[in-house]
Amino acid sequence: MLKTLRDLFRYNREFAIGSMLMAVILGMAALSAFSPYPPANIYVVPPDMPPSWAHPFGTNSRGQDVFWQLTFAMRNTLLFGFAVAFLSRLLSLLIGLVAGYQGGLTDRVLMSINDTFIVIPLFPLLILFYFVMRDYMNWVLLTLVIACLGWAYDARLIRSIMMSLKTREFTQTSVFSGMKMHEIVVREHLPYVLPIVFSTTLNNINWSIGLEVTLSVLGFTDINRPTVGTMIFWANQHSAMVAGVWWWFVFPTAFITLTFIALFLLAVSMNEYIDPRSRLARMGMGGA
Amino acid sequence: MRSYGIYVLTRFAQFLLVVFIGISLTFFITHLSPIDPVEQMIAGMTAMGQSDPEAVSLMRTALQELYGTGGPLIEQYFTYWGRILSADFGPSLSSFPTPVSVLIGRALPWTIGLLATCTVISWVFGNLLGGLAGYFRENRMLKLAGVIIMGFHPVPYYIIAFVLLIIFGLMWPILPTSGGAAANLPRGWNAEYLISVLRHSILPAASIILVGLGGWFMGMRALVSNVITEDYVTYAELGGVKRSRILPFYVIRNALVPQVTGLAMSLGAIFNGAIIVEFVFSYPGLGRLLISAVYAGDYGLVLGVTTISIVAVSAAVFLIDILYPVFDPRVKLA
Repeated sequence: MLKTLRDLFRYNREFAIGSMLMAVILGMAALSAFSPYPPANIYVVPPDMPPSWAHPFGTNSRGQDVFWQLTFAMRNTLLFGFAVAFLSRLLSLLIGLVAGYQGGLTDRVLMSINDTFIVIPLFPLLILFYFVMRDYMNWVLLTLVIACLGWAYDARLIRSIMMSLKTREFTQTSVFSGMKMHEIVVREHLPYVLPIVFSTTLNNINWSIGLEVTLSVLGFTDINRPTVGTMIFWANQHSAMVAGVWWWFVFPTAFITLTFIALFLLAVSMNEYIDPRSRLARMGMGGA
Repeated sequence: MRSYGIYVLTRFAQFLLVVFIGISLTFFITHLSPIDPVEQMIAGMTAMGQSDPEAVSLMRTALQELYGTGGPLIEQYFTYWGRILSADFGPSLSSFPTPVSVLIGRALPWTIGLLATCTVISWVFGNLLGGLAGYFRENRMLKLAGVIIMGFHPVPYYIIAFVLLIIFGLMWPILPTSGGAAANLPRGWNAEYLISVLRHSILPAASIILVGLGGWFMGMRALVSNVITEDYVTYAELGGVKRSRILPFYVIRNALVPQVTGLAMSLGAIFNGAIIVEFVFSYPGLGRLLISAVYAGDYGLVLGVTTISIVAVSAAVFLIDILYPVFDPRVKLA
């Protein structure tokens, strides 16, 4: 495992850059545990101070330290992304494996529903959801809803892998040796599927964080919980752009952009790691 | 030709299924939530002063009729479908008494125009550059272009639009950052108005295209690098077919097929992006209408825009689906 990581680091530039960025971002989120100010309190420091030694990212118009606020925001945003990805992975694994293994009518019904969720524009639905929930909206509820909407793309991928696994010889052998369906799927097939699930997880975290930022910026989430999106929301509320308080929106925007790029690079490098042809090409051993 | 008919029919069935599930979702979201839109609206109105019990009760019945929230759930469900099918969402409360359908009709051309143009531009250029990058793997310019394009790809639409707004609204104001056209110009098919429309669309369009390019680029590059290892490409090269002919007609032509399917599958996500981009640049389309309707508490308008979005996106996907055999003749013959 460690050796694999070391090789990835050495031969895969995407992985090297991605994991270094990710380390910075996770470190930033971990710092939230040492914050001298509680995240929800306002007017704890003098407002609108530009970046200085005392306040490295400045302070905002609500009298909060932007650096420490950002540590909480990164923590909450990442937590949200991980939670959505975990829950939606369970759904996409379940649906993808069953559809791929069963085939026939089950597959057709599940895939019709699956394609529906791919086609439907989710954002208007989420806005409608906020509109009818209003004050009941909190991040746990949002996590559940986005997880329920975010499984479709990867379920299709898992299904297609599953369908090709099913025709392999070892599946026949397992059937003839009397294993039950769930045993075959979990014990024999899952190990092939998991690496790909891992790579799509990173993309799914990206996707869900993107949705969260967008919804929060509009004020369509719990605006009192610091996330990167709500930080930008409050900056816009106080017209930070017009008032010249640039550090209020530039730092969150920069950090969240780095997060997206880090996750994306990691996903790309995972894909290459899974596909041995491109790995060989990279190490200069020919191949496609 | 007969098999093409069957193909169209199955795609149409899928279109109906998408609309059915989508609309049902909007019904359950609105009707199973703990907040009753009618009570919320009444609370809003009585807070302004009027609180005669008889009038309130009359108003409640009128609103329940308007939104179809009275009676048992299953009955509400059918009333709901009746209203959707007749495209009747009642009057908009934020711009009373204009009907919701009129407001949507006004916004729809802006969104369709912006979205169709951007989708076509990013699809064509993404595939073209991706195809070139896959075919000429060692070309430095193409590698650099790939790094830049892929750098924009994972960033969500809002952030790209926001950064463009900071740059062109604050630091270097050379482009209009809000509206669909200059407000003082009369509408019409004259050069001045059209140029203004074009100038106003540059920033929103740039946001959508910058995010969109990467996906097509990466997909096409991967597909092309697979196709060029196929025997028929090697054969064509050995047979002395010119490279300028091999790339478009032998390689890209075949790699394009999955990209058409990809286009159909990503329209929903592109539409999501357009909503937020329109809001950032106050572009007068469906997205801005939807978000301002939420701020104004306009239930009918929010529901109307959501429904129309679902129908419009799935209709566009259906259109791409039935055009698919043009790109992949095997579908027609099968």
